[in-house]
Amino acid sequence: MTHEIVHRPYPRGRNRNSPRTRAVAIEGRCGEGRRVQALMAAFCAFLVFLFLMFANAAHADEASVRAIISKFADAEGFSQVEKVIDELAATGDPLAVRTLNALNDGKLQVKRGGTVYIEENGKFLDPITGEPVDGADTSGLDKVKIKNSLRRTISAALSGMTLMAKDPAIRSQAASTIFDSSDASQLEALEKALAAETVPSIREQMEEAKASIQLFNSNDPAEVSTALGTIKARGNRAALALLSKYAASADGELKEQADAAISSVEETLSMWEAGQNVWYGISLGSVLFLAAIGLAITFGVMGVINMAHGEMVMLGAYTTFVVQELIRTSAPGLFEYSLLIALPMAFLVAGGVGLLMERSIIRFLYGRPLETLLATWGVSLILQQAVRTIFGPTNREVGNPDWMSGAFTLGEMSLTWNRVWIVCFSLAMFVALQFVLKKTYFGLQMRAVTQNRRMASSMAIRTPWVDAMTFALGSGIAGLAGVALSQIDNVSPNLGQSYIIDSFMVVVFGGVGNLWGTLIGAFTLGIANKFLEPYAGAVLGKILVLVFIILFIQRRPRGLFAQKGRAVEA
Amino acid sequence: MIFGHFLKQGLASRYVQVAVLILLAVAVMVPVLNLAVPPGNPFHLPDHWVPLLGKYLCYAMLALALDLVWGFCGILSLGHAAFFALGGYAMGMYLMRQIGSRGVYGNPVLPDFMVFLNYKELPWFWYGFDNFWFAALMVVAVPSLLAFVFGWLAFRSRVAGVYLSIITQAMTYALLLAFFRNDMGFGGNNGLTDFKEIIGFDVSAGSTRLGLFVATALFLIASLVIISSVVASKYGKILVAVRDAEPRTRFIGYRPENVKLFAFVLSAAIAGIAGALYVPQVGIINPGEFAPANSIEVVVWTAVGGRGTLVGPILGAILVNAGKSWFTGVLPEFWLFALGGLFIFVTLFLPKGILGLIGQVKASARARREKRAAEQQVLAE
Repeated sequence: MTHEIVHRPYPRGRNRNSPRTRAVAIEGRCGEGRRVQALMAAFCAFLVFLFLMFANAAHADEASVRAIISKFADAEGFSQVEKVIDELAATGDPLAVRTLNALNDGKLQVKRGGTVYIEENGKFLDPITGEPVDGADTSGLDKVKIKNSLRRTISAALSGMTLMAKDPAIRSQAASTIFDSSDASQLEALEKALAAETVPSIREQMEEAKASIQLFNSNDPAEVSTALGTIKARGNRAALALLSKYAASADGELKEQADAAISSVEETLSMWEAGQNVWYGISLGSVLFLAAIGLAITFGVMGVINMAHGEMVMLGAYTTFVVQELIRTSAPGLFEYSLLIALPMAFLVAGGVGLLMERSIIRFLYGRPLETLLATWGVSLILQQAVRTIFGPTNREVGNPDWMSGAFTLGEMSLTWNRVWIVCFSLAMFVALQFVLKKTYFGLQMRAVTQNRRMASSMAIRTPWVDAMTFALGSGIAGLAGVALSQIDNVSPNLGQSYIIDSFMVVVFGGVGNLWGTLIGAFTLGIANKFLEPYAGAVLGKILVLVFIILFIQRRPRGLFAQKGRAVEA
Repeated sequence: MIFGHFLKQGLASRYVQVAVLILLAVAVMVPVLNLAVPPGNPFHLPDHWVPLLGKYLCYAMLALALDLVWGFCGILSLGHAAFFALGGYAMGMYLMRQIGSRGVYGNPVLPDFMVFLNYKELPWFWYGFDNFWFAALMVVAVPSLLAFVFGWLAFRSRVAGVYLSIITQAMTYALLLAFFRNDMGFGGNNGLTDFKEIIGFDVSAGSTRLGLFVATALFLIASLVIISSVVASKYGKILVAVRDAEPRTRFIGYRPENVKLFAFVLSAAIAGIAGALYVPQVGIINPGEFAPANSIEVVVWTAVGGRGTLVGPILGAILVNAGKSWFTGVLPEFWLFALGGLFIFVTLFLPKGILGLIGQVKASARARREKRAAEQQVLAE
């Protein structure tokens, strides 16, 4: 199944000070102990912000607009046409804009019985979509006649639908259309809308649109100069295009000013590009973090590198697939919640397999980390082949629920929803794990075993039980990661293999002292990778990162956040 | 004199003696069974078996090389296939240059893939590979140099255990990615293939293949004797000391990093030779050989045969690969189940591998015999 990309216009003006950036700033000021709380607050704030983004007014649907448009065919005389225009204006739906424009230009052709076409260069177009109509019945068509008073009604209706629409998103859209076209005929309507506008961010957009008109149509140098300033402040690609166009025809002082504005906009744009790269890096980092965090826990407590960790991620992804299949066949209505249902299932499946593995194999191999590495590799081969036998070797289709698909723009950056949610999810996971480790009794036992196994055992901590539970927890988390990764990667038996080396790198780079190492390691590697990509290419960038890690390990053989104490050498 | 001492030291172990004899017999018998016994006779060895057996012996050599570092020095390298593949690439480059103007594009200097990728002239690192001696030198030099640099860095900063395993894996993974790139000048993901001749002999001719097989067997015997001798020497004792108690060895006054480095470089050189012998027999070398999974598989062969026994890894490599050939022919879906199961079984129940099992059985038999003798003595008294 396919999903169309939905653009959700983002209200400008909030960009610079989004809850997320503010929360990050808070985090920077907080001390070690308050980081978790700050992160949690950031996360909640971010959730609220995401929720607000969804708020989007509904429009009248296409069918009802079409019904009204078809009334033009049977309208007798100017007064009835005016009535239909008023009716269209009342819907406030921008779908009618094309028809009204055509009416204004005298291009609307009708026939009794409800047939309405837009005639353009001898072609007959659909009044709403503007697509040519195949086999249009062109006999007996009549042009809808209008007069000047009707033109005023139409223009009022148009600006009411666009610049004066109730929905702020449509007003914003209309303003940016005018900005791009610099259409002088819209100036009057624009000024009227500007006077009525109350939302500051849309006001700003309208001012910019006005500046765009003035730039090309005003003869007053002072006005043009202010317009240049306004457009420069907008600082996006559209502004750059306008400024370049203007600079090409301008001369004298104004050209100098335009050139300065262009370079300033280019600077802004390159900042945005860097921002986009940081975002890609954060996104890659969150994926690496998800893949590595479970590994870091098992490695930290047991000193065992679990080579089957990637397969736990794969099991999580396949659990998502199975859950979605069950939903499709028995309860299609639940599809939007499939991922939420899959999360606990994946945790149980992967955690269960992990527990089984620990009880049946790994517990016999304690104190022999290299042998454990080999045995878990054997398990990974078996799990891979088992999945291949059951589900087949090809990719399985895991669908994105609506809230995971599409993209939105933030300034000049484009963010896809699935990536945004995965970043949120990885941070949530981090917070939850920190909570488990620092605030629960089980976490206390785990930390005790990590620091000094024999002493913990003397203190009546059942270390074998802690080992088993830790391994199950680490595997379960890998399963959760699998649910998230099923949204952005191919679900195939090789899914785990593609993450295992990267997650090793994150763990050895970050060290196993605490989870911060994994978090910082993952995001550092992710961002470094994405910043190297434009210069070195994707593959070479990755090679450079690997070489960097190999060299880094020479300096700090136990990673960024090394475990300290006597137990380390054991 | 020194050579004699060396040989004596190398052949001191009973296992090594037996293995050398068997390998010599194989080196003689395979050509005999292939050429002298007429087709149709049940003892005839079909032609396609010769390169297959040669391939097994190359793998055996690789496993042997790994056993030197893992079995005797405790360095679990998860990147040994990288040295193997580098040796293979050096040989492959020589074989590519030997094609000359017989390639599809008929360019006398540039190999086909370079013509295809619009190379104007030969990259500098391909110079000299038209000479066999140079290629042979590179087969040993390139893996050794990589092992030297890598080992010097890693051992000096005391990276050990799981961390070392992971960065060796990172090394082979980085090489995998690098060799997949077309602009590296090594043929990208197609690798090097379509070889015509080696030192003037047709690569696909039966006699050349037999020659290569015998050469592989002899190189394997030589490496076995060399490693066995190294292990039996005073240096070998220090090597084992480093494996078992590195800090203690350091406090006595040895430098564990140098001890490890020598073993690592020697092992890489042998792995490189194995790779060089492998390429003309299978007829292709591509970046897939660098895959981390390959290196891990080498570890399985070694573990199955018996880590730290030298002969065990040879046995393990041959058995596991023969099993793989059989499985992929008969039950292709089950090979990974079998391999994974073998991994688990060996680590859980045969920590010393097949040869270790034989040793254990012998030891317990001796213990029983001694016990019985002691009991009889008591009874007699």
